[in-house]
Amino acid sequence: MIYFNNVTKKYRDNTSLEDVSIAITQGEFVAIVGHSGAGKTTLTKLILAEESPTGGTVFFESTDINKLSNKDLTNFRRKIGVVFQDYRLLSNKTVYENIAFAMEAIEKNENEISEDVPHVLELVDLTSKSLHFPHQLSGGEKQRLAIARAIITQPDLIIADEPTGNLDPINTNEVVNLLKKINDLGTTIILTTHNRSVVDQIKKRVITLENGRVIRDDKDGKYML
Amino acid sequence: MFTIKLKRIIISGYRNFTRSGFTSLASILIMTITLFVITSLIFIQAGLNSSLNDIKEKVDVTVYFVSNADEASIKNIENSLKNLPEVRDITYTSQDQALIDFKERHSNDYLTLQALDELDDNPLGASLNIKAKDPSQYESISKYFESDTTLSKGAMTIIDKIDYHQNKIVIDRLTSIINGAKKLGFAISLVLVLISIFITFSTIRLIIYMSREEINVMKLVGAGGRYIRGPFIVSGVLVGVISSLVTIILFIPVSIWLGNQMTDFIGINLYTYYKANFFQLFIIMLGSGVIIGGISSIFAIHRYLKK
Repeated sequence: MIYFNNVTKKYRDNTSLEDVSIAITQGEFVAIVGHSGAGKTTLTKLILAEESPTGGTVFFESTDINKLSNKDLTNFRRKIGVVFQDYRLLSNKTVYENIAFAMEAIEKNENEISEDVPHVLELVDLTSKSLHFPHQLSGGEKQRLAIARAIITQPDLIIADEPTGNLDPINTNEVVNLLKKINDLGTTIILTTHNRSVVDQIKKRVITLENGRVIRDDKDGKYML
Repeated sequence: MFTIKLKRIIISGYRNFTRSGFTSLASILIMTITLFVITSLIFIQAGLNSSLNDIKEKVDVTVYFVSNADEASIKNIENSLKNLPEVRDITYTSQDQALIDFKERHSNDYLTLQALDELDDNPLGASLNIKAKDPSQYESISKYFESDTTLSKGAMTIIDKIDYHQNKIVIDRLTSIINGAKKLGFAISLVLVLISIFITFSTIRLIIYMSREEINVMKLVGAGGRYIRGPFIVSGVLVGVISSLVTIILFIPVSIWLGNQMTDFIGINLYTYYKANFFQLFIIMLGSGVIIGGISSIFAIHRYLKK
């Protein structure tokens, strides 16, 4: 589904990723681990074509995503749901509107929106807070809202960049279980983290990065650094 | 789908506007100041024009006739003058009327009146007072007397004097002052309007700059350029509409005050002027507000949608 072919990314003189080649297939749950600055976030930015690689190519299925036109890029991003450590919610929209916006963006009609949004709100247990604004939510609730927004459009892939970075252990647990549930329903998930217990709890494929290079890629991985 | 999209954009723009509270208030304030400047400049232009018209009104040229000129030939000259395109108005003052006016003017001056009584005949001549459409045209009118052949040959002999040459320096200077004031007024207005438009544009840009993270999030969620841009433009237009309403209301007490206090100084009652041109002024304010708000938003958001 996603293929990195000898990808290198440099910011001026700093090499963030060096000669990375990985393949991620449909339905996988991949944890990307490494210390801060190892290149985890750069990797996710490259998948979203937020950044273009200095060398090498990134493929989604059989298309080079850095050669997409603006319109095709928009369509491509619609296949991916993104969850960030800092949530990145729309601050002047309510919980309900944040989720509805993602559906409006991909031109779903009003019926679908009013049917699907409550369903997803229930899944992430935010039904009672649907009229709240993001600043009225706790960290865990914000992250569950971000996940709800990511999955509402039924994407092929979900990228979660340090989704538990700002959360306490209980909320971390909830978020990881939620992601596992989503993966069980067939959605590919790429999760970056430096949290040992998260990785050990998932018990799926683990790619370990160090100084921009892949130093380990285990099928039934554990956190080893 | 188009109407649904439009509806969503308008609702979303309206919500952005109402929920941004202080930020919306700030942009309304700045926009109101801009519209206030524009409207003030229209007022100043109106005042300036009326003062200039007052001054123009005071400039004229008088043709004095010799005292034994007969009325028929004077009327003849008057008629031929009326056909000139430069001439706006002509008033004929007869010999008798000139005498009455003279006596009135010198009613405190017994010596002069006594001297006048000593004379058998009326020493004063009839005159034609000519007003041109524009001060710069007096020269050509006075030249008309010197050169034009349509006047009968005898006409030149009955003209005593034309006071244009005495007034020439004053008229010339006035003409250049009027033209200068008009040009300067226009230049200053243009600069002020441009500055205030620039300030409004910068404010709206700043507000959109604050939303750049949100714009990024919208892009990541898969929203297209138009769908992201739309609500910002709606907000910008709303700022324009509300600001024009605020300005139009604000100018009611302002023009009443100016009308009470400054009518003598400016030459026209600005409240009356405001009432007479209310609809036109409102359209100008509304148009400026909507255009400045909308276009600023389009330009400001453009750079965040490029990638």
